[in-house]
Amino acid sequence: MSSFRHSFDIIGPVMIGPSSSHTAGAARLGRSARSICGAQPERAEIMLFGSFAKTYKGHGTDVALVAGLLDFETHDSRIPRSLKIAEEVGMEVLFRMGKPNPDLHPNTVRIRLTQGERAFELMGCSIGGGAIEILEINQFKVKITAAYPTLVIPHVDQFGVVAAVTAILSKYQLNISAMEVARRGRGREALMVIGMDERPSQEAVQEIVALEAVHDVSIITPS
Amino acid sequence: MRFNNLAELIELAEKESKPIYEIMIEEHVRETGETREKVVAQMTESFDVMMASVQRGLKEDIKSFSGLTGGDAKRVYEYAQQGKTLLGKQATEAVAMALSTSEVNAAMGLVVATPTAGSCGILPGVLSSLSGSLGLEKEQLVLGMFTAAAVGYVVANNASISGAGGGCQAEVGSATAMAAAAAVELAGGSPAQAIQAAGLALKNVLGLVCDPVAGLVEVPCIIRNGFGSVLALAGADMALAGVRSVIPPDEVIMAMYNIGKVMPVELRETAMGGLADTPTARKIEQQIYGNELNEA
Repeated sequence: MSSFRHSFDIIGPVMIGPSSSHTAGAARLGRSARSICGAQPERAEIMLFGSFAKTYKGHGTDVALVAGLLDFETHDSRIPRSLKIAEEVGMEVLFRMGKPNPDLHPNTVRIRLTQGERAFELMGCSIGGGAIEILEINQFKVKITAAYPTLVIPHVDQFGVVAAVTAILSKYQLNISAMEVARRGRGREALMVIGMDERPSQEAVQEIVALEAVHDVSIITPS
Repeated sequence: MRFNNLAELIELAEKESKPIYEIMIEEHVRETGETREKVVAQMTESFDVMMASVQRGLKEDIKSFSGLTGGDAKRVYEYAQQGKTLLGKQATEAVAMALSTSEVNAAMGLVVATPTAGSCGILPGVLSSLSGSLGLEKEQLVLGMFTAAAVGYVVANNASISGAGGGCQAEVGSATAMAAAAAVELAGGSPAQAIQAAGLALKNVLGLVCDPVAGLVEVPCIIRNGFGSVLALAGADMALAGVRSVIPPDEVIMAMYNIGKVMPVELRETAMGGLADTPTARKIEQQIYGNELNEA
């Protein structure tokens, strides 16, 4: 599938400068991580790789990632002040530089979030023009462009869960555009990632959360 | 999308006797299920944001994030009004407006990435200049943005539009090719001429490296946007005159991709080489960040 789908992946995003890959893309990666966490994280550990690590200050990558973690969109005028706002809302932020790794895309970030007892992790890269790819969620390898609303469903690997989830989506007449399932091992922790044409209603999401084997549902939305 | 490269795009446009922008709008409607009105309205909103950033840079005394840049757009615009420019008034105004948008971007202002923020000046520069020289209305200029989007779509999916991925040729180069194609269609040229203009313009930026001083999207990015706007107009003029690129535009894109792949990492948006590694650039870096960078 093409990473860039249509006109507004090329003309756009409408954004606060100065860099679509290092600012807008970074904000989207931060916001995606925040979606998986489901709330304002208490602590964020951000590891930068490649060009992100080398130019993050000049490109405002640090500011943009934190803005995303605060749930700001790419055009939010508060982006330049995000580090200060994070301090005010009590979100602790730590930046680290990753070791150079030629196998990674030059604009890659790993974000670890903690919220109470819970921890979340997202690794993704910014591929140009504000477009992003999410490569890992909680150490499960995935491939999400976040161009469409994407359901992320941690669950227990057991018979019938996938069918139950897709049955609910089908009941609400929601079309699936892409789907991935991964697990740590038989009967253990698993992750379902479902690309949708449209954002599912709150009702549909609640039905999925109510399934016994499902831990949680989060939605990564394009912004 | 029913096309994956520029050759298929021209074939579609010619078979259906439609301009490229029309094909792009129809494909968008097919892909997203949105109405044509909604798609055009969304592009019009982006156009309005673009033009607001053009105007802001011409009127306000913009100072960038670092204090390094700003004010050149105003300088060039006022110079163009004196009517004695070597390029002619309209082309010089394109330069001023391209600089303007890029200066707003460097000041963390609101812009539209076309296709990237680092190259966000070229398309608005060319469009605003055409609105003057060809007397085009907003509705027509918005259609031209779909022509630009079609070319950008092919470049982005077959090569790269990221400086970290493929150097500045992938950013300023892509934007220049997009704007050249839009200019041809807005001037009444054929889809084939529009694509030739994109190929011709792109050839001239092959190999351009991404070497941002102090890692900022300022030097040399802003000036390169100014030049990109003139290059796009020149490419459009050549194509309208009937010049054809001997190397087909799709192969130029392929060459761009291959050059990006072998470009050293120092020259792909890491601020390690090129202009970023000159004595003056290192001094600027030191002035802005002090010793902070060494700690990182």
